[in-house]
Amino acid sequence: MSTTRVLVTGIGATSPLGGDAPSTWSALLAGQSGVDTLKHEWADDLPSQIGAEVAVEPTDVLDRVKARRLDRSSQLALVAALEAWTDAGLDDAELDPERVAVAMASGIGGVQTLLANYDQLIQKGPRRVSPLAIPMLMPNGPAASIGLAVSAKAGVHTPVSACASGNEAIALGIDLIRWGRADVVAVGGTEAAVHALPMAAFGQMRALSQRNAEPQRASRPWDRGRDGFVLGEGAAVLVLESEAHATARNARVYAEAAGAGVTADSHDIAQPDPAGLGATRAMTIALREAGLDPADLVHINAHATSTPQGDVAEALAVRTALGDAVDRVVVTSTKSMTGHLLGAAGALESLATVLALHHRVVPPTINLEDPEDVGLDIATDQRELAAGQIAAMNNSFGFGGHNVAVAFTSV
Amino acid sequence: MADTSEIQAELATIVEEVAGVPASTVQPDKEFISDLDVDSLSMVEIVVAAEEKFGVRIPDDEVKNLRTVGDAVAYIQSAQAA
Repeated sequence: MSTTRVLVTGIGATSPLGGDAPSTWSALLAGQSGVDTLKHEWADDLPSQIGAEVAVEPTDVLDRVKARRLDRSSQLALVAALEAWTDAGLDDAELDPERVAVAMASGIGGVQTLLANYDQLIQKGPRRVSPLAIPMLMPNGPAASIGLAVSAKAGVHTPVSACASGNEAIALGIDLIRWGRADVVAVGGTEAAVHALPMAAFGQMRALSQRNAEPQRASRPWDRGRDGFVLGEGAAVLVLESEAHATARNARVYAEAAGAGVTADSHDIAQPDPAGLGATRAMTIALREAGLDPADLVHINAHATSTPQGDVAEALAVRTALGDAVDRVVVTSTKSMTGHLLGAAGALESLATVLALHHRVVPPTINLEDPEDVGLDIATDQRELAAGQIAAMNNSFGFGGHNVAVAFTSV
Repeated sequence: MADTSEIQAELATIVEEVAGVPASTVQPDKEFISDLDVDSLSMVEIVVAAEEKFGVRIPDDEVKNLRTVGDAVAYIQSAQAA
């Protein structure tokens, strides 16, 4: 593996907190919740009737004819990718398409298209199924849509590892540049699964919060009153670029994507390893690949979904990975405000980690009113980060036993 | 049963919805593929929408003969009469 530096030169997002990255970041710093009561008839019978839907409908932003050929997950992905591409100054740059790649993840893919077409099939027969159903529902649809939009010919990829997918896409993007396969990679994740079936299925796993009367207070990582995660939707994209390519075009740099750790528990399909060994190894490997010591870290954006077991297991893993250095690390949970974006979570939270380094401030974890003693310094208000060279890490874990940690450093 | 101009107008609305071209440009002499930016999947969408709208069946073997908007209007009218 080469030691090519990989830089973050563009960001884009559409989230429950805002239709772009700046509005999302402002809302995170302000401690706003994007969770609300779901105003769909189908939600009335569900145990969890709350969710974090995007603040701006993608169809309000995209060209109508283009949008109607895309599943909602692809629509969200495209909105985030176009923002990131413009933000990076690449929309009018002269790029070699054979050096441009995409790694855009999704946890579940085009589930809304799949289910809507199944309804058509049952109610009206096979001739009423859309000829666009397959390209819309396939999990690589969002990545392919971005690839078409930015003319990516070095390869278009879709890592799928449930709620670790977004981070796994970032890890792959770093690798693609270090392997020499691309100079520029649009990486991230998207999810659009706020729908009756996924909501019912997560409900049957007893994974979702049922704090229906207080939606904004439902996602409360590490709080003793937490009772499950809140399902969110959205997309986030980072533009990763080799140092040489970024320098040659004098690109603005947010941070360095310094390394990633990807591991698997091999313990259980849905439960995390109770000792958090796989998560610990992911963090340790990310630090090593980034050339960092635990003492270099000042901030961790935790996976912290607000489930009873998961938050505690992660805290244990963080303490094991960092040792005494954990005392100097400010931890936060983006999901306290956005809910859980599944395959987009790692991407949105990596974006927040990058901006925390860039602006040197950590957004709060909201709703932490009765904190469980997990031995972490969790931000409940904005926290300033030190001047000088600093590093931060974002954790994502997924059903299937997937663990992905990504380490970023200031520039 | 609809007359030619009604079929023409409703088909134009379908083509606008699917392909994004203004309904006013969907004239009888226009070819779906070369003039109206309709690709093969969009053509299937248009056929499915037209079948539902006009209560007719347009077999796949016929679709390849429907080169222009006028061809489609004529086929739909004859199918309705049958």
